[in-house]
Amino acid sequence: MSSNKESLGRVVSVALALCVVCSVVVSGAAVVLKPTQEINKTRDLKRNILMAAGLYNAELTIEEQFERVDARVVDITTGEYATDIDPAGFDQRAAAKNPATSLSLDGDADIANIIRQSRYAMVYLVNDDRGALDKVILPVHGYGLWSTLYGFIALESDANTIAGLGFYEHGETPGLGGEVDNPRWKNLWQGKKVYRDGAVAITVKKGSVDPRADDAAWEVDGLSGATLTSRGVSNLVQYWLGDGGFEPYLRNLREGDA
Amino acid sequence: MAIKDTLFRPVFRDNPIALQILGICSALAVTSSMKVSLVMAIALTLVTAFSSFFISAIRHYIPSSIRIIVQMTIIASLVIVVDQVLKAVAYDISKQLSVFVGLIITNCIVMGRAEAYAMKNPPVPSFLDGFGNGLGYSFVLLAVAFVRELFGSGKLFGVEILPLVTEGGWYAPNGLLLLPPSAFFLIGLLIWVIRSWQKDQVEEPEFRIAKHTAMEESA
Repeated sequence: MSSNKESLGRVVSVALALCVVCSVVVSGAAVVLKPTQEINKTRDLKRNILMAAGLYNAELTIEEQFERVDARVVDITTGEYATDIDPAGFDQRAAAKNPATSLSLDGDADIANIIRQSRYAMVYLVNDDRGALDKVILPVHGYGLWSTLYGFIALESDANTIAGLGFYEHGETPGLGGEVDNPRWKNLWQGKKVYRDGAVAITVKKGSVDPRADDAAWEVDGLSGATLTSRGVSNLVQYWLGDGGFEPYLRNLREGDA
Repeated sequence: MAIKDTLFRPVFRDNPIALQILGICSALAVTSSMKVSLVMAIALTLVTAFSSFFISAIRHYIPSSIRIIVQMTIIASLVIVVDQVLKAVAYDISKQLSVFVGLIITNCIVMGRAEAYAMKNPPVPSFLDGFGNGLGYSFVLLAVAFVRELFGSGKLFGVEILPLVTEGGWYAPNGLLLLPPSAFFLIGLLIWVIRSWQKDQVEEPEFRIAKHTAMEESA
């Protein structure tokens, strides 16, 4: 039996049969489960968007809550809506990698350390019950200490006051830089101002902010034991709300032209 | 008796992590929370059990020259199926487990049981052996995760047990426990405990340090 079992024909036929069976099983599972996975993925993204803006309510379904949110694509350079791109199919991370749809950033301008930036970006507009603009949610990302932090920053309708900040993906040290997820720290961002005399002034300060100081409205306490992560968060917020990021769009929004 | 032995022997007497020191990498990486560890443990137990079962079922047809590749293909297919199912039904947890579900493919426990047991035994005992080894892995994973999550973040299964200082409580968490190296200490302690109870697991030292002779030579 053993000589027969080790023959070339036997080896090839066993390998082939095994491959066919396994590939049917694997691709079957992938195809059958794909729709549920896609739903999970979009639901997760939507939940993160709502959480950044402090609108998430665990008792309602995400679809219900997301009805108030209007997703749009913005041209970063002009700050106007790019009406020719469908927001539902737009993948900003893929766009940032593609040379045709992205801009390369050089050393000094690239304070968030992202190297390439998509020319187009998603924005999410939240309307209140009467249909007026309530909040605008912007995707942000940048390098911390170990990893790129991906998150959302939500601004009030004046496009200057911060309504919330949240990261949905990062690999910072748990307990130190990972404290960017701490709800108490995230609450510190609420009500802070971004622009001072037209320039981005918001910073994460090392140590704690003196509430009586002049610039307290533009400063957030740093995370203790996580100086580099705090600096990274500060840089990425400054970058994305600055001239290379959403500033042209926010200016248009304030003036009502967007 | 034999069934019970195949199933439970790997939990304490012949634990894959504590005695054979296999599967350490995922035990370090995923044990910072109970929930994630539990899902990982279930995933690995299912993969080990079913891969042993299928490999054993076709063991008479596998040519020995390609047996490792055949085992890997079966294991890899099962792991992909598990990963896809997790992405569909437990998306948050699958995000936290990230690559570690995929890395079950290279987990030494799965390969070890396939090669050492399933290739020589009938399907049902192989299934039980795989399941038992999965239980052994699960036991260590959950024990380590219990300590790490409770003292590292003051929670168990995400439910607050010890209120943290940063959230207005009294407990200052031990940050080291949230980092992978802490699992080394905990697994080490666990091995010590198991071996002081099960004395026959203690290995003979490979060599003994000779008496210091420098004084005599110099004299």
